[in-house]
Amino acid sequence: MTLQAAIATNRFGLGARPGDIAAAQSDPRGWLEAQLAQAPDLPPDLRGVEDSATRLAATYAARKEKDEEARKPLREALRATYRDDAARRTRAAIATDTPLRERLVHFWSNHFTVSTSRPIVAAAVVPYENEAIRPHVTGRFADMLLAATRHPVMLAYLDNAVSVGPDSLAGIRRQRGLNENLGRELLELHTLGVDGGYSQTDVRELARILTGWSIAVERDRDTGTFLFRPNLHEPGDKILLGQRYSEDGMGEGLLALQRLARHPATARHLATKLARHFIADNPPPAVVAALEKSYRDSDGHLGEVTRTLLHQDAAWASEARKVKTPTELVVSTGRALGADIHPAADDGDTDMKAARAEPALRSLALLGQLPFAAPSPAGWPDQAADWVGPEAMVQRIDWALTVGEKLGDRIDPRQIAEQALGSFAGDATRQAVARAPSAAEGLALLISAPEFQRR
Amino acid sequence: MTSFLPLNRRGLLAGLGGAAALSLLPQVSFARTVGEQRFVLIVLRGGMDGLAAVAPYADRDYAALRGRLALPDPNAQGGVLDLDGFFGLNPALADIHPWYKEGQLLVAHAVATPYRDRSHFDAQDLLENGTVTPHGVASGWLNRALAQLGGDTGGRRLGLAVGQGVPLVLRGAAPIASWSPSPLKEADGDFLDRVAALYANDPLLANALKAGLDSASMADHALNTDADGAMDGAMMAAAPKPKAVHLDPAELGTATGRLLADANGPRVAVMDLQGWDTHAQQGTTAGRLAGALGNLSKVLVALRASLGPAWRQTVVAVVTEFGRTARPNGTGGTDHGTATAALLAGGAVRGGRVLATWPGLADDRLYQGRDLAPTQDLRAVMKGILRDHLGLDTGALDKAVFPGGGTPAAVRDLIRT
Repeated sequence: MTLQAAIATNRFGLGARPGDIAAAQSDPRGWLEAQLAQAPDLPPDLRGVEDSATRLAATYAARKEKDEEARKPLREALRATYRDDAARRTRAAIATDTPLRERLVHFWSNHFTVSTSRPIVAAAVVPYENEAIRPHVTGRFADMLLAATRHPVMLAYLDNAVSVGPDSLAGIRRQRGLNENLGRELLELHTLGVDGGYSQTDVRELARILTGWSIAVERDRDTGTFLFRPNLHEPGDKILLGQRYSEDGMGEGLLALQRLARHPATARHLATKLARHFIADNPPPAVVAALEKSYRDSDGHLGEVTRTLLHQDAAWASEARKVKTPTELVVSTGRALGADIHPAADDGDTDMKAARAEPALRSLALLGQLPFAAPSPAGWPDQAADWVGPEAMVQRIDWALTVGEKLGDRIDPRQIAEQALGSFAGDATRQAVARAPSAAEGLALLISAPEFQRR
Repeated sequence: MTSFLPLNRRGLLAGLGGAAALSLLPQVSFARTVGEQRFVLIVLRGGMDGLAAVAPYADRDYAALRGRLALPDPNAQGGVLDLDGFFGLNPALADIHPWYKEGQLLVAHAVATPYRDRSHFDAQDLLENGTVTPHGVASGWLNRALAQLGGDTGGRRLGLAVGQGVPLVLRGAAPIASWSPSPLKEADGDFLDRVAALYANDPLLANALKAGLDSASMADHALNTDADGAMDGAMMAAAPKPKAVHLDPAELGTATGRLLADANGPRVAVMDLQGWDTHAQQGTTAGRLAGALGNLSKVLVALRASLGPAWRQTVVAVVTEFGRTARPNGTGGTDHGTATAALLAGGAVRGGRVLATWPGLADDRLYQGRDLAPTQDLRAVMKGILRDHLGLDTGALDKAVFPGGGTPAAVRDLIRT
């Protein structure tokens, strides 16, 4: 069971804290399944985070301020809220007692990516995750799909908030029209997958269906919340994936999302992504098939699908085939050291303001994965080839050494190796850590070792 | 010779593989197998609007079709910068406009890869893998081209990825270097030796580490010393370890140019620029797209300046996965489209021309009634560069570099002779 406990905490959790492997020892799968049954409460570190409506309202107010001098501090305050939120989110991952849940939050949040690359949503990305993703990671996919799609942050990020039916009242009056960004990414990324059998016409039709899904602005009530605007909605019937949608305002979109969540291509797409995340870059087809079946049989119940995953033999294979992303590396290091201490370089001066605010964020920025900064709506890649480039590998090792030099004198790296990796740690790594000339280098070697770089 | 750097990292190379260490010596013998030609591929990720970057302002349907995204004529305020009486550059590219007259800038318009759907991710995959199928192969055409150059490179890495990772177009059998700024203190050779030993049974991590160390040495050499190996005063000020992870475009261009200019540096580099997916409020001469074009312009100007005399032997190709809808969408932006423009810049380019079989912008000439129609396969342009600039033969180009049905013939006369 020792190896299974190491797998449970590292492959499915976010890395073992001191005591985690021992806690998982008697029943590693049960240790994980118990987490699936927990209520989706907000982690303590995130409880102070404001809701997205408050943040969006503040963003609108800052944008409305015409005076440059008055606008500057407002903008800076918004950037600071992002940094604080992102730091809290990282601390929550390091501190959590339910690391499988937290990993699922990161996974699904990445599936429904939003990004600070659009300044209008930058102060609301963590609230978005709290509101649209967190409550649903072990619930029904259809609920998460609806929560993410109608969330103001998603509607702004993928431009649907301003999409106008050409024949709607506003379209005729203001000569404005469709924006197909959300329609496309919803089909390609969030549900069916790129090979899911939809056409350009389906993209347009879904965009037409979703016209009117918008955000309350300052002159509306409840600024920053979802608002269906009938005068933007394209009137008339639509045909999506061969099915007719009679004119029904917002109801068309609700029905379309329900159908998309139940579509077999969605089951396959999500099953493939989950298997890739947890097992291998090229996941075993049998695992994908099992997850797909579980998704269909449970009507898209994600807790059930995750449980099915935990019952696959391949999930417990001794070979650690996944290379950690920078986030996984930084978080698992924090957990191994039992502290929220993430040192970075000594230069003390960088123009990465986000990084300056918080050592953990600084580490994430250095290693190339600042929270909510994925390069595209597809989210962060989930394959080793995207993360282990030559420069990235060297920077991981430089980072490990910096961590070692900052913290090595406080710990015994042999003990950390035992607590964090358990029987994951091979003889070569144990010996190298034990024989290192200093505790600093011992810790750095442990973090650099294949057993710690992988999961 | 003084260096800021990691003599220790260089020292390590002997331990990792003697051949790699050779690349640090000022070897002239490389010239036999590795030419002096430089090639830079800039990938604009997100789908660049070719009709906005290089506007066919004299097309009779242009102004009506583009509506409020139409750029004014050259004579008007904020108008395009004329190229040939028909096409004009977006004013955000003003800094490279003179290059056209100098014959160092060529535009290939109405180009597209063989991809005809509208997914960024499949389109980028196909742009980089060089086949006709997204995700068809796990290597990139530029890596396969480097492998064809073959010969004894003495362990030298001819390909450079600017950034922490290696984009698909540079992945494959040929060894690739990568470079990105890092403010972290560097691990010394002894420590790296011990890490390398731990990677003995992990080829993925071991190969990445070895490639990273080769790159580091190369970058130290190129960024910290001038061509004679002596420290250059101006560089000394500029070269110390970067404080930031994110350099601005000009700094990135400068670093890339210096690495390529180095006598023993790489000969081919790839860099990404983001910010082209302009679905809403893309603007014309100001706004999101103009900002992205301005960044591109800064990178190009910095490359030219930092390459110095090597600019004469350089081709820079600017490509993107697809163009955007010909008409504005309902929100002042453009959605995913098909054909677009590609730019070729450099002293080796036979420029001063717009290369286009212009399809026209009338409704019935648009691809599927919405996009600029493709009339030139982007692969043919790349093949022209690989053949006439880097010296690959046609057989290798068709078999290994751009395999797959209907691969078009290389475009002739892109390169100065």
